[in-house]
Amino acid sequence: MLEYKGRPNRLGIWGWLGGGRWGAERYLYTLHRLTGLGLLAYFLMHIFVTSARALGQQAWEQAMATVTGPIFTLGEYAVFVAFAFHAINGIRLVLIELGISVGKPIEPVYPYRTSVDVQRPLAVGVMLVAAILVVLGGLDFFVLK
Amino acid sequence: MRDQRWWTWHVAAGLVILVFLGLHMVIMHLDAVVGIFNPHGGHPIEWANVVERAKSAFFMVTYIVLLGAALFHGLYGLRNILFELNPASALKRGLNIILVAGGFGLFALGTWAAWQSFVLATTHVIAHTL
Repeated sequence: MLEYKGRPNRLGIWGWLGGGRWGAERYLYTLHRLTGLGLLAYFLMHIFVTSARALGQQAWEQAMATVTGPIFTLGEYAVFVAFAFHAINGIRLVLIELGISVGKPIEPVYPYRTSVDVQRPLAVGVMLVAAILVVLGGLDFFVLK
Repeated sequence: MRDQRWWTWHVAAGLVILVFLGLHMVIMHLDAVVGIFNPHGGHPIEWANVVERAKSAFFMVTYIVLLGAALFHGLYGLRNILFELNPASALKRGLNIILVAGGFGLFALGTWAAWQSFVLATTHVIAHTL
């Protein structure tokens, strides 16, 4: 992370909530962070729980029994939804970081145009893909089993 | 400059996670839709399926790669979020130590679990073959 040379981040985490007139991508940024933190919290617990398989069948089945039930199924589905969003939105962020789909540089002539308009179809497209994954996951979690 | 390099690794780790966690999610949570790598049928977390995957060197290696990539990606992301809140320098140093030590500790635990279950599963197979 680059060191700040200007004024510090005065809004703190509250700045995440106020996208204001920055538009939908700002809220995708907030969601990306929130899902990332949620996935990290789950992942750290997941390492402990699934390590039980190294101790044999009994330890594994005991560990799995403690994380089974409707609440855990809902929680697991929430993790799946967070993963679908974070992964697919992450692809969008990598594409933008590589300069793909941000449009060509243009002269700053009034009325000014923002590259966010060029990026918007990508944002809509990746959210549709994420939505398809969320529906497929829902089918798997709650209908087909 | 160093943080720029770490950021590049953060993005690269994200791509590694996309591939291997994507595969993991398909196996574990789209099993009724796709149904791969669960040779014994039933739920993917049933012991027979767990053993079947554990005895594969591919799964053992990719679990460790995924573990390392996900720990780095997640903990570096957390560090970025925390550092954006402008903590004092001493707190930054403390956070760095906690995140690095915690990351290596969890990597050691997860690697041991992947290796140990590979050994258990393959020994089980050998014992049954003899």
